[in-house]
Amino acid sequence: MSDEKKPDKQGLSRRGFLKASGISLSVPLVLNYRMVKAAGAEVKVLGPGKAPIQLTINSKPFTAEVEPRVTLLEALRNDLDLTGAKRVCDRATCGACTVIMDGKPVYSCSVLAIEAQGKKITTVEGLMQGERLHPVQQAFVDNDAQQCGYCTPGFVVACKAFLDKNPNPTPEEVKRGLGGNLCRCGTYVGVRAAVLQASRGRKGGQRG
Amino acid sequence: MAVGQNVLRKEGVEKLTGAARYIDDIALEGMLYGKTIRSPLARGLIKSISFDTDFDWSPITVCDWRDIPGENFVALIENDQPLLVARDVRHAEEPILLIAAESRTLVEEAASRIRIEYEELTPVLSIEESLDCREIIYGDDNVFKRFLIARGEVDEGINQGDLIIEGCYRVPHQEQLYIEPQGMIAIPTDTGMTVLGSMQCPYYVHKALKQLFNLSDEQAVVIQTMTGGGFGGKEEYPSMIACHAALLAHKAQRPVKIIYDRAEDIAATTKRHPGVIRHRTAVTRDGRLTASEIDIVLDGGAYVTLTPVVLSRAAIHALGPYRCENVRITARAVATNTPPNGAFRGFGAPQVAFAYEMQMEKIALRLGIDPLELRRINMLKEGDITATGQQLRWSVGSEDVLNAAVERSHFREKQEAIQIERASGDSRKRRGVGLSFFFHGAGFTGSGEAKMKARAGIEITDQGRARVLSSSTEIGQGTQTIFCQIVADELGIGFDDVEIEETDTSRVPDSGPTVASRTCMVVGRVIQLAAREIKEKIKRFAAELFGAPEIDLMEGRFVEGGKVLASFAEVAREYAAQNGKLKVESQYASPMGVEWDDDSYSGDAYPAFSWGAEVAEVEVDMDTFEVSVLKITTAQDIGRAIHPLLAAGQIEGGTLQAVGYGLTEELVWDQGRIVNRMLTNYIIPTSMDAPDMETVIVEKEYPHGPFGAKGVGELPMDGAAPAIAAAVLNATGAFVSEIPVTPERLMMIHEGTRRESNED
Ligand code: FES
Ligand code: FES
Repeated sequence: MSDEKKPDKQGLSRRGFLKASGISLSVPLVLNYRMVKAAGAEVKVLGPGKAPIQLTINSKPFTAEVEPRVTLLEALRNDLDLTGAKRVCDRATCGACTVIMDGKPVYSCSVLAIEAQGKKITTVEGLMQGERLHPVQQAFVDNDAQQCGYCTPGFVVACKAFLDKNPNPTPEEVKRGLGGNLCRCGTYVGVRAAVLQASRGRKGGQRG
Repeated sequence: MAVGQNVLRKEGVEKLTGAARYIDDIALEGMLYGKTIRSPLARGLIKSISFDTDFDWSPITVCDWRDIPGENFVALIENDQPLLVARDVRHAEEPILLIAAESRTLVEEAASRIRIEYEELTPVLSIEESLDCREIIYGDDNVFKRFLIARGEVDEGINQGDLIIEGCYRVPHQEQLYIEPQGMIAIPTDTGMTVLGSMQCPYYVHKALKQLFNLSDEQAVVIQTMTGGGFGGKEEYPSMIACHAALLAHKAQRPVKIIYDRAEDIAATTKRHPGVIRHRTAVTRDGRLTASEIDIVLDGGAYVTLTPVVLSRAAIHALGPYRCENVRITARAVATNTPPNGAFRGFGAPQVAFAYEMQMEKIALRLGIDPLELRRINMLKEGDITATGQQLRWSVGSEDVLNAAVERSHFREKQEAIQIERASGDSRKRRGVGLSFFFHGAGFTGSGEAKMKARAGIEITDQGRARVLSSSTEIGQGTQTIFCQIVADELGIGFDDVEIEETDTSRVPDSGPTVASRTCMVVGRVIQLAAREIKEKIKRFAAELFGAPEIDLMEGRFVEGGKVLASFAEVAREYAAQNGKLKVESQYASPMGVEWDDDSYSGDAYPAFSWGAEVAEVEVDMDTFEVSVLKITTAQDIGRAIHPLLAAGQIEGGTLQAVGYGLTEELVWDQGRIVNRMLTNYIIPTSMDAPDMETVIVEKEYPHGPFGAKGVGELPMDGAAPAIAAAVLNATGAFVSEIPVTPERLMMIHEGTRRESNED
């Protein structure tokens, strides 16, 4: 743990380096230019051209045209107008972009959109059951497990994925299980209470 | 009754379902993406700027300082900070050019085709370098601002003491790290300019925008979008980004969006002021403070921005919540070639709180007095007088919070258990328990509120609901919810029948900035007064309408003698039909007898103080010197909790930011540039680092606040760092005078202490 806290001169801790190298694909590595029309003029653009993709999000099919280097997060936000997942670090460190892919929580900023084809993706927009909040969302309401709300969609999705895997967690497991999402407003106490409430699948056990 | 209840947060569901639109979730037809080109140098002169001629610049909008229609500055206190550098670069990451294009890719490509040549100058990069005046970068001595607070006779006080104890404390920069990065969209309109974005203070942005294009109040429109945290970081800096986006939008005649990426946000925007604070305290053997000399130096960065106000709060809080008859506090803020430091929750107080509390620990250690006892001996109580000569007339919860924190945490029992454990042999994991005691003035300092004259209002809608009109922003702290609670109870209608007008300068009056723990206490009060007036008006109207002079409005119904005559909505509609829209605007006035003298820097610095006490329990690994905070128990007197759960959230959140301040958050600088610009190497607490927290809310009502409420936003930021350092002292014997208490720093102190004791 302590070595993560020592930044070196390159501005990367060990944890940072591993994470950053893991997503190097989202950084354009291809150096050959290509000319495209932009605002009526020919300009050079990095990387290969757009390709059609098909995604299954919240049980609905979506199609879009994206460059291969576009992340799932960007595709959701820019091409499909699903802006619940947030772009905060774009480096797989904060969890604000968390979505569920084939049952597992992933940082959508470090998954390429083309890689997400053929997978089942759930975003925060897909959690409501009709007009009703998902039990995890309801537990967030009951415990006021949110302040500014910017980390919240990612947190809600991460909590759902966590509970799907650990239906009866201990408080200690909850604390560790939520280590992948950062909240600067400091709602962790509320989030822990919310997860425990949702795990019991009943009302009560609220804070305050 | 809504006040005191944990009603549902007004904007809660939207945020949970992903429906809430923050600035980066908004895209407009024809919108361009803007980017800021910045200086890599801390100090220098621009020699030339060249644009690659092989690149097609026709789809790119480029602005430099010559595109600024009026004067080149961001309107704030001194107006010394340029929007775009013309020639003199005064800090790294300073904005020089703005560019915009239809896609982010294109704008990045364009940015890589610009070359700027500089002549390098020697930068001033630390407080010490600034004070030694080898390079002069501001005025004749690099000092932005000075304050002096003097009371009693310090020399005499020193004579009365038995011992003089000195201490020097250092506090670092801290990054606000709101999770939503800064962002704005500017839209040129037929009549002027509209800006939307993430911000705390719409009227700051409004002022800057008006000044930039010489617009009237109506021509400049500023709308706050849902804001993902601010903590002070979105107090003054958004004006800069708004002006940048507006310059590009004006030139391109298209909407322009600027969103900072995380690295840019960390590297370029404001931070908490670092500082060096020296204490020289005279005490009697039995632990009474007889004189206190305190010298504060804060690093303001390259421009004045809000530094004088931060310095003033630091000076006023420097002695802490303690009684001392003879005090001399000198405070200076100096210029360096680093990005301007600015507002961050606590605003100067957390810096001095670390110093005054560690000084108390040092005194306790020297005198061999129990640290809790020492605080009890010297604490301010009702009727006592502060360093600025303010007599504490009301709402002083000092004893209550200290007792509550000590009892709830079982501080005494824990102290004893640790002693016993220690005596039974050396363990590689050592526990420790530490205490801090602190206060925080709510609202603007001194005559600030009297000058600001915050305005807010209420109107009754066509549906017969009450709508709150205020520019105080919701940034997660619950502004919208508590305002609705206050109005519901004061007016006598249901919480769900109150709504909030959009935070749009064309629709709401200037309630002053959303800062300084003033939203609830000051603006909440103004709203309460407006509600009171509305109630009077509509009651009078209803009394005539029904011929019922004893009529009252309760829970949304007009009743007389136990009989319901009509609903509020019915009467409101009738009122509107006969008299037009019912709308009331009120203005803040300082409570009677609250007076401040700017010249002598004395008097009532704040209408009220909030009080806090905190106990931290830590475990220190004696091999790695890593500190884990196991538990924090905190008791805070906030007058009245309008919404206990929201108030607890404020306390938990502020405390956690203070845990980061005390333990892990440290910026690494290289030639005036921040090196660690990511969430992987600027370490804020995660769920795993967040200690268990027990929060006790103490309610010593403040007679001039809404339902007795004072400020809560900033107080929690003051207490954790010193409590943790005191606990580390208890665990290891290492006296920490500089934060953050990183393993490296702790190891060095520990080795030093061991060597000293071996030599003794
Ligand atoms: S934005 Fe994906 S983890 Fe931070
Ligand atoms: S609620 Fe603001 S960052 Fe989590």
